[in-house]
Amino acid sequence: MRLTCPNCGDRDSREFTYKGAASMLDRPAPDAGAAIWHAYLHLRDNPAGQVEDLWYHGGGCGAWLIVTRDTITHDVQAVQLAEARNAG
Amino acid sequence: MRFSGLRILKEGLTGNKGWSPHWRNPDPKTEYDIVIIGGGGHGLSTAYYLAKEHGLTNIAVLERGYLGGGNIGRNTTIVRANYYLPGNSEFYSHSLKLWEGLEQELNYNVMHSQRGIINLFHSDGQRDAAVRRGNAMQNQGDDAHLLGRDELRKMLPFLNFDTARFPIYGGLYHPRGGTARHDAVAWGYARGADQRGVDLIQNCEVTGIDTTNGQVTGVQTTRGPIRAKKVAMVAAGRSSQVAQMAGLRLPIESHILQAYVTEGLKPIIDNVVTFGMSHFYISQSDKGGLVFGGDLDFYASYAARGNLPGKEQVMEAAMTLMPAIGKARVLRSWGGIMDMSPDGSPIIDHTPIGGLYLNTGWCYGGFKAVPASGFALAHLIATDRPHASAEKLRLDRFETGIGLMDEEGTGAQHNLH
Repeated sequence: MRLTCPNCGDRDSREFTYKGAASMLDRPAPDAGAAIWHAYLHLRDNPAGQVEDLWYHGGGCGAWLIVTRDTITHDVQAVQLAEARNAG
Repeated sequence: MRFSGLRILKEGLTGNKGWSPHWRNPDPKTEYDIVIIGGGGHGLSTAYYLAKEHGLTNIAVLERGYLGGGNIGRNTTIVRANYYLPGNSEFYSHSLKLWEGLEQELNYNVMHSQRGIINLFHSDGQRDAAVRRGNAMQNQGDDAHLLGRDELRKMLPFLNFDTARFPIYGGLYHPRGGTARHDAVAWGYARGADQRGVDLIQNCEVTGIDTTNGQVTGVQTTRGPIRAKKVAMVAAGRSSQVAQMAGLRLPIESHILQAYVTEGLKPIIDNVVTFGMSHFYISQSDKGGLVFGGDLDFYASYAARGNLPGKEQVMEAAMTLMPAIGKARVLRSWGGIMDMSPDGSPIIDHTPIGGLYLNTGWCYGGFKAVPASGFALAHLIATDRPHASAEKLRLDRFETGIGLMDEEGTGAQHNLH
């Protein structure tokens, strides 16, 4: 599997570290309550098919990336910078 | 049909014409007392123990493919009870006791081989951890012995004891651990459940879970709707999708774990051996193939096949520990889909929906758990109370933070186990 980093270009997946579902970016407010924090920390959609997840390009530019890919075929559809989404 | 040595001899001399199918192939009825979603090891053992221990036989096991076609047929067949934490410790101890009587009970050869497991250690700190784990195993009533370098050299002369980076200091020996024939475990439980009247229904995919006022009422399937008073979700590898049909989100991420087997070789490895400094473990099948594996690929996947970096890590660890393996050719590799829970331990529990039960989160440990998992889930379904061996395998432990079972001590968080 290869990922195309927006900063660095097409790279081997060994350069990246997987974090988990991109829903980790949607951090609840500190006082959102236990149920919402539980859902954020532990519960996952975990789809068989298209998924968005977070990868860290530690062997390259050091950016956090949102990778859109298919968990059944391992096809990668899109890679974007996590900071671009947070800015939007 | 009962299996015996005499019967095999007779059939062998008469052209093997007297054997019959091991189970029926019934059409689904419109209603059952209990429907079990998933005809793998855990689902089949659940059905078996419901029938045997609780006298409940109006049961259907619904399998979307063929019986035993999932992770029960994709693992590395290791059976052990060497856990440390309360919760896991008594559960896997119970499972090993069930394994030890399984072949006689099922009248089925599951090739359970208690060849012993040796967990190697490579530093003073790892030795201390092995002593502590061994004491915990003995406190649970299971067996553990600490082996020094000299004893180990006699048992495992093919290992490289003196690498500068990872010298072998010794090992924690668990003689009652070992392996079993994975497919035969599914088949044995399937036959036992079928003989007691359970309907095993293959090529029947569940497409919906029906609920009314927070109570389960049945399932929709590719072979029509089936009403049921109780429904158990036992679909490791697809747990999240099944639970979603009931509107539930689970604390599960699905990851890929690869395994490998070499060409058949003469006997070299008598036990199961695990490397302490990198994820690598190995045993030898009765056919002679070296069966080994390592760590997850570490990204969410349902592909049932892994990528090259995972393979490289395992092959490097294999060559470090056991240089002779470099002469063996790998025949094939494959991947299983692991339901990874945040703390690395399983879940057998009620769900918020009445009559709907959950069995998931087996991480890498599902095979050895097959007997106790089915036993405990059957008890939960039949009595609506958890069995003593599994009362800590709770779904709500992540929400409450009470009773987390984080064997690795890395934190109850996804992607750390």
